[in-house]
Amino acid sequence: MTPLVEAAVDRAFREEWGQVVATLIRWTGDWDLAEECAQDAFALALRTWRRDGVPRRPGAWLTTAARNRAVDLLRREATGAAKLREVAGVLRTGDDAFGDDEPDVPDDRLRLIFTCCHPALALEARVALTLRTLAGLGTAEIARAFLVGEQAMAKRLARAKQKIRHAGIPYRVPPAHLLPERLPAVLAVLYLLFNEGYSATAGADLVRHDLADEAIRLARVLVRLMPDEPEAAGLLALMLLHHARRAARLDEAGDLVVLEDQDRGRWDTAQIAEGVSLLDGTLRRGRPGPYQVQAAIAACHATAARPEDTDWAQIAVLYERLARLVPSPVVELNRAVAVGMAYGPAAGLALVDALRETGALAGYHLLPAARADLLRRLGRTAEAADAYREAAGLATTEAERRYLARRLAALG
Amino acid sequence: MKYVLLICGDESAAEHADDGCGGWSEKMAERGVLRGGAGLRPPSDATTLRVREGEVLLSDGPFAETKEQLGGFCLIECADLDEAIEIAAAHPAAAYGTIEIRPLLDL
Repeated sequence: MTPLVEAAVDRAFREEWGQVVATLIRWTGDWDLAEECAQDAFALALRTWRRDGVPRRPGAWLTTAARNRAVDLLRREATGAAKLREVAGVLRTGDDAFGDDEPDVPDDRLRLIFTCCHPALALEARVALTLRTLAGLGTAEIARAFLVGEQAMAKRLARAKQKIRHAGIPYRVPPAHLLPERLPAVLAVLYLLFNEGYSATAGADLVRHDLADEAIRLARVLVRLMPDEPEAAGLLALMLLHHARRAARLDEAGDLVVLEDQDRGRWDTAQIAEGVSLLDGTLRRGRPGPYQVQAAIAACHATAARPEDTDWAQIAVLYERLARLVPSPVVELNRAVAVGMAYGPAAGLALVDALRETGALAGYHLLPAARADLLRRLGRTAEAADAYREAAGLATTEAERRYLARRLAALG
Repeated sequence: MKYVLLICGDESAAEHADDGCGGWSEKMAERGVLRGGAGLRPPSDATTLRVREGEVLLSDGPFAETKEQLGGFCLIECADLDEAIEIAAAHPAAAYGTIEIRPLLDL
C-alpha cells in the first residue's frame, strides 16, 4: 500500500464521509443503504487511487462512486425500482464518471445534522446517530466511548433510524420559524459530545478524548454552513477555549488540576487566539446567547497570563447575564465564586449562603467546596474543614475526592 | 403521512371535557389535514374486554389504571412529523394534558 494514497483516503474519510452519506440519504431516502454505499466507495478509492492517483476532488469522486454503487444495489432488488429511477435521474443530470465537475451541495450535511438531532429522538440516540452517520465513527468505537456494549449501541442506532423512517422525521434543515427551537437541539448534542470527551480522565479513555476533537470538527462544519448563527460560533469558540487548556488539566497521576494551579505555559495559545477572535466577531453581531456568554467567560480565564490577572469583576457580570439567559442554581454558584474573587470572600460567602438556604443545590458537592474555599480565605478554618469534608462526602469521582482531601489537609 | 393524536390527561383534565377544541377542529378541517376524531367519555364509563378460550371476559374501567388517561383522539394526514408536531401543538389540550403522536402502519 502506498502510504500517500492511504493517507489521502484517511483524510478524505474524515473530511468527506458525512457529505457522501448525507447526499446518498437525500437521493435514496435509505440510511442503511447510504452508509453501505459510502463504505464501498471508500474501499473502492483505496484500490483505484493507488492505480490512477488521487483525484483532484476526492469528495466528488467518492460521491459519484457511492451513487453508482447505490444504482447497482437498487437494480438488484425489484422494490428499488422507483428509487432507482430517482437516483438514475440524478446520475444522468450529473457529470462524467469521475464527478470532478459536480457542484458542492453543502446543505446535505446540514440536513443530516438537523435530522440526527431532531428532538423527537432520545438524546443518546441523537448523539450516537450524529457520530455514526455524520462523523463516520464505527459502532464499536461509539459503544466504547459511551461505555455500552456494541450490540446495545447497534440496536440504539437501528432503532433511531427506524424511528426517522416510520415517524416521518423530515430530512431537511428546518424552516426559519423552527430554527430557534431546533438549533439548540443540535448545539446541545455537539456540546454533550465535547463534554463527554473533555471530562474523560487520563489515558485510559483515549477514545473519549477523540470525542472532543470530533465535536470541534462538527462545530466547525456547522459554523461554515450556518455563518449567520452567532450561537453556533459561540459554541465553537467555547469548545476551543476549553480545549486549549486540556494539556494542563490533569497532572501525571491523572488528578484534576484546578484553573489557578494549571501551568499556563502548556495552554494551546493558537487555539486560544482562534477562540477569542471567533468570539469577538460573533459578539459584534449583538445577538448574545448562552454559548457566547460562556465562551466570553472562558476567554477571560484563557487570556489571563497569571491567575491574579483574571478579570473576576467581568466574569461576575458575565455570570449574571448568563443567569438571566438560562436561570440555574449552578450558574448562581459560579457567579458567587466570581464575586468572591472580585470583591472579597465575605461578598461571595453571602451569595453562597443565600443559595444554600434555597436548597436548590442540595447534594451538589461544588456548593460546600466553594463555601469551604471562601471560609478558608476568611480565616474561619474549623468551618472550612467541615465544608471540605461535606464536599468530599458528596463528590462523585475519585479525582475530586483526592483534590478535596488535599485542600482539607492544606488547612493544617 | 397519517398520524393519530392521542390526547391524554390526568383527572384534572376532566374539567376540560366539555371545552371543545376552541376552533382547532374547524381550522384543521379547513386546512385539509383533519381526517376524523372524537372526544371520549371518562375512563369510569369504559368497559374492557378480552376473549380467552372462546369466553368473553369483561371488566369495568380502562385497560390500564394509569394517571394519564386517553381523553380523545384525532386522525390527521400531513407531510411529516414536523407538521404533525405543529398541528398537535396548536390543540388546546396540549396546554393542560399531553398529546402522543403515533404514525399509522402503512398497509
